[in-house]
Amino acid sequence: MSESNSSSSRVTWEGCSVLLDINDGDRLVFARLSPAAKLKIGNKNCSLQPLIGRAFGTVFQVDTAPNGPYLSPAQVNVNNAEEIGDGQGNNEMDKVNVNNAAQARDGEVNVESRDNRALVDNNTAQSLTGEDIEAMRRQGARGNEIIEALIANSATFEKKTSFSQEKYRLKKQKKYAPKVLMRRPVARSICEAYFKKYPSKIGFLRVDTLSLLLSMANVSSNSDILVVDMVGGLLTGAVAERLGGTGFVCNSYFGQAPYSMDIVRIFNLSDEICKRILRSPISDLLPKESPEQVLEHDVCNVESQSNDQTSALASMDEISHSSENGISDIGIENTEPAIEIRKAPKAGERPQKEIIDSWRENGFSSLIVAAPELDAWTLVRDLLPLLANSAPFAIYHQYLQPLATCMHNLQLEKMAIGLQISEPWLREYQVLPSRTHPCMQMSAFGGYILSGTKICNSTANSSSNRTVLL
Amino acid sequence: MLACHPAKMLSFNRLISDGDLVIVYEKHDSMKAVTVCEGSVLQNRFGVFKHSDWIGKPFGSKVFSSKGGFVHLLAPTPELWTMVLNHRTQILYIADISFVIMYLEVVPGCVVLESGTGSGSLTTSLARAVAPSGHVNTFDFHEQRAESARADFERTGLSSLVTVKVRDIQGEGFPDDFSGMADSVFLDLPQPWLAIPSAAKVLRNDGTFCSFSPCIEQVQRTCETLRTHFTDIRTFEILLRTYEVRQEKMQSSREDGNDSNGSLPSKRRQCSDGSYVLGSCPSISSVMARPCGEARGHTGYLTFARVKCVS
Ligand SMILES: C[S@@+](CC[C@H](N)C(=O)[O-])C[C@H]1O[C@@H](n2cnc3c(N)ncnc32)[C@H](O)[C@@H]1O
Repeated sequence: MSESNSSSSRVTWEGCSVLLDINDGDRLVFARLSPAAKLKIGNKNCSLQPLIGRAFGTVFQVDTAPNGPYLSPAQVNVNNAEEIGDGQGNNEMDKVNVNNAAQARDGEVNVESRDNRALVDNNTAQSLTGEDIEAMRRQGARGNEIIEALIANSATFEKKTSFSQEKYRLKKQKKYAPKVLMRRPVARSICEAYFKKYPSKIGFLRVDTLSLLLSMANVSSNSDILVVDMVGGLLTGAVAERLGGTGFVCNSYFGQAPYSMDIVRIFNLSDEICKRILRSPISDLLPKESPEQVLEHDVCNVESQSNDQTSALASMDEISHSSENGISDIGIENTEPAIEIRKAPKAGERPQKEIIDSWRENGFSSLIVAAPELDAWTLVRDLLPLLANSAPFAIYHQYLQPLATCMHNLQLEKMAIGLQISEPWLREYQVLPSRTHPCMQMSAFGGYILSGTKICNSTANSSSNRTVLL
Repeated sequence: MLACHPAKMLSFNRLISDGDLVIVYEKHDSMKAVTVCEGSVLQNRFGVFKHSDWIGKPFGSKVFSSKGGFVHLLAPTPELWTMVLNHRTQILYIADISFVIMYLEVVPGCVVLESGTGSGSLTTSLARAVAPSGHVNTFDFHEQRAESARADFERTGLSSLVTVKVRDIQGEGFPDDFSGMADSVFLDLPQPWLAIPSAAKVLRNDGTFCSFSPCIEQVQRTCETLRTHFTDIRTFEILLRTYEVRQEKMQSSREDGNDSNGSLPSKRRQCSDGSYVLGSCPSISSVMARPCGEARGHTGYLTFARVKCVS
């Protein structure tokens, strides 16, 4: 496997895009690695240079050196079975604490003898002051040593239940020994990061819903997938990732201006894969007969639709502003734009005439729509004829009603069969000895999908199964 | 089933030919896989269908029986296959399958190890995800099941992407020649924790792992065992709620003509069979959706993890 900039590489390279997960998802940052790129963690500015040439999945910690803070890989002891976990994943605890961790585990199996009846929170429990900690730092103490000192000087730590001890340790670790987990930016991690920090940008499309769209539309190598992606390019990128440099994903749009697909650049898609992402106005894809007429009508739809939805859009904007700080698009974190330009994949070219002709002649293999701002029925009515016969399709929407109307009309017009509206429900569990239960927080809503299969528009026929059955 | 050759691609022009696998669709919950054979017939409650009538028609066509009943002929996909395959074991369905593939980060070119093969429902979707250049190696200790699965992959045209082997994975683990070779490992076994040390060995750095188990006790043991070699351990449950859509007429409580919403579809009002003698109470017709009454309440828990990265 080559170490070059391919989507399958497990080692980073200069110019590569990464997802940095700081303190178990407290902060999620997309960054492009370059020697000049810097990231602020807590109050320290760290160069991202040490991340280049490292394996994805590596956890880094902030160390202090005479010439400033720097990121270095945290020790991971593979054979250490004593690691304590919070059951929510991302539980890279430091191995300096092995002894304490082992104790904590012993204490938590089945019988917990301590409880919190004697605990009084009066702010005097900690005898170390802020100045003491600063002094330790100046003498080169590492984050873990500071945490141990805080525990040793805590009057209440010993009285805490092991569960609260873990929580205490985690809280201090986040503050004094932040961890940076370097993740591979793929459909899963990108979708989860946006859903957590900036969901309006991706139309509140949850990762399980995205996964269903890809299966329901039978996204597979060598197919030509028609998409309407008003979720920032997440859908286009996810489809391209599944095509692996074969077939085409046609990112289509109404009117003159293509929809944003910024998110595509966050994926580390190889040039081969990027070439397979094409962008085309829908009017170019329609049959040549009177395209003008159809297009006008579509533009009208879009306009009236967006008027209807102004209030909904306004409320989504607020969400995005309030949570914008947590996540950064690549480029924002990048202090060296030159590198970014050099590496920026050339996704989204206009398809050549021969390709459009072949789509016209054969039809697309499937259709996926994630367009919160467009009317589902008019969209599907216009795009379904562009699909090959027996092609599956999947339409995402945050609201049920537009899909219900669309499904009903498709049934009346006998354009498709196997129609189904489904809503995924996803629940995560905490799994720990004697403490297994569903997580206290869950996403209560991942959107709706209308799926089905296009059938040949057969000439009207009089007989029906019902008459036969009678 | 997959367009490994561009000529196999679904297209307006692709016509059903002798030997093709087609999915005969009667209703959403009533489908059947049929291999087209000149001279054969399909018999169901709608009558007798001659395969020879199907040949030369495009996929997606409506075809008729001697009695005038009809079915649709669809091109097979992994989703349709999951709905029609022979159940030799419990199988995974679309919601779990889709989530597994996304969360394992399976993409074209990946090498995936799976055990047990069971009825091959998941395997079929894994094969689609790794195509055209990757491979799925699937293991089941049940000789007959492995044989039937092989026959199925032959029939669905996936045999170049899938290798089925007979092996006791809980007892022996995955073969040593896969050491450090797998991008992902998937287990659907009664005692998955027994195979976890082997899974850690065959996975590449940062490789992904998933285990499916119906019972929480299995999950508990799996997670405890995973902590040694794995990180990012997360357990999920995924279900699908489906909706039914109807157009219903309801009587408005208002007197006719006072409706300021103006949403009365006049043509709906006259289509009654005469029972609407109360002409002053107009009926409003609207499309409504509600969840289907019955659904699968549990399939299993999915536990994911990632091999600890030694760098
Ligand atoms: C529930 S089925 C798997 C279903 C499959 N995931 C699907 O979607 O079709 C479990 C399979 O594991 C196999 N099995 C059980 N113990 C095994 C072992 N120790 N080694 C290999 N296979 C085993 C069984 O024979 C059975 O076919």
